Amino acid sequence: MLPYPILSFFLVIMWLLLNEFGLGHLVLGALVAMFAGWALASLRPDKPKLKKWYLLPKLLWVILIDIGRSNLAVARLILQGTRGSRRSGFLLVPLDIEDPTALAILAIILTSMPGSAWLEYDSGDKTVLIHVFDLIDEAEWISTIKQRYEAPLMEIFA
Amino acid sequence: MQAVVDLPIWAAIIVSLFLLLGAGLTLVGAIGFLRLPSFYERLHAPALVTSWGVGAIMLASILYFSITQQRLVLHEILIGLFVTVTTPVTFMLLARAALHRDRVEGNPDVPAKAPD
Amino acid sequence: MSAIILFTAVSIAQLLLSLSMAIASVRIVIGPRAQDRIISLDTLYICAMLLLVTFGIGTGRTVYFEAALVIGLLGFVATVALAKFLMRGEVIE
Repeated sequence: MLPYPILSFFLVIMWLLLNEFGLGHLVLGALVAMFAGWALASLRPDKPKLKKWYLLPKLLWVILIDIGRSNLAVARLILQGTRGSRRSGFLLVPLDIEDPTALAILAIILTSMPGSAWLEYDSGDKTVLIHVFDLIDEAEWISTIKQRYEAPLMEIFA
Repeated sequence: MQAVVDLPIWAAIIVSLFLLLGAGLTLVGAIGFLRLPSFYERLHAPALVTSWGVGAIMLASILYFSITQQRLVLHEILIGLFVTVTTPVTFMLLARAALHRDRVEGNPDVPAKAPD
Repeated sequence: MSAIILFTAVSIAQLLLSLSMAIASVRIVIGPRAQDRIISLDTLYICAMLLLVTFGIGTGRTVYFEAALVIGLLGFVATVALAKFLMRGEVIE
């Protein structure tokens, strides 16, 4: 009946947000979500294995705080101009995650963070090339990424 | 401007603060965009716009319409979510295209591709 | 009173966003390379989208939201197509 319950659920929510909350729209949205789920099932994408979904809100909170702090730091550096001794550079980070969904989420985190940009992932040797705006300590950046974001993601998508 | 009148003053202040925060961050991002010297550094400036620039203005809009229409209006979240999900895709594609072009031209500032 | 506060804030926000759009346009003109121009275009349409949302707050109408959503969707497709073009030299292979 419903091959992708989470997707269908979010489609109904989106339908209700775009229109108005009400019984008619609920039925219509449910129909749309059902057909969209069947359409996706015929494409057969890999199902993400969400093990510990209850850890997601905590990770989301950490990310929101970090993005806020990174925003402030980058805004200050931009307004200071070139007078500061800022040095930006490339950084090759070895990764342990293999799950495609977890990788996609990690890419979104690192790109949304104004201090870092995800450039190129190499699935062969499992490394990602990132560009860091204010590169002070390379080893510290790598350990921050691995402990703060990669470890919880690996736990969630075990 | 009928709807503006029945907004309580605390809500007006919060909405205004979020609006100014978002617009200010957008402007800082744009300024950085103009001032930073290389392409890879400029890649960081729009992230200011797409993270809290978009987020703050969306929050202002949600708060404003929820209060004036006296029901929860959350559809701005869709724009926020959409921008959050699509920006990494565009930036990643652009960054890879830029890397590819720089490597083809033999630009020394760019790390070479790891041998397969 | 709250109308005055809100009107001032919306006007200032619109001014700042227009300024950002102007700066992004400057970057489109001066380049120096194609990837710089594309990423400025990306910033330009996001700023335009935010400007429409502030218009919506200023007038109290929700129609601007739909326009903003359409700009967001089309801008994303345009940027992806342009980036793909940069990488391969053609959009459809």
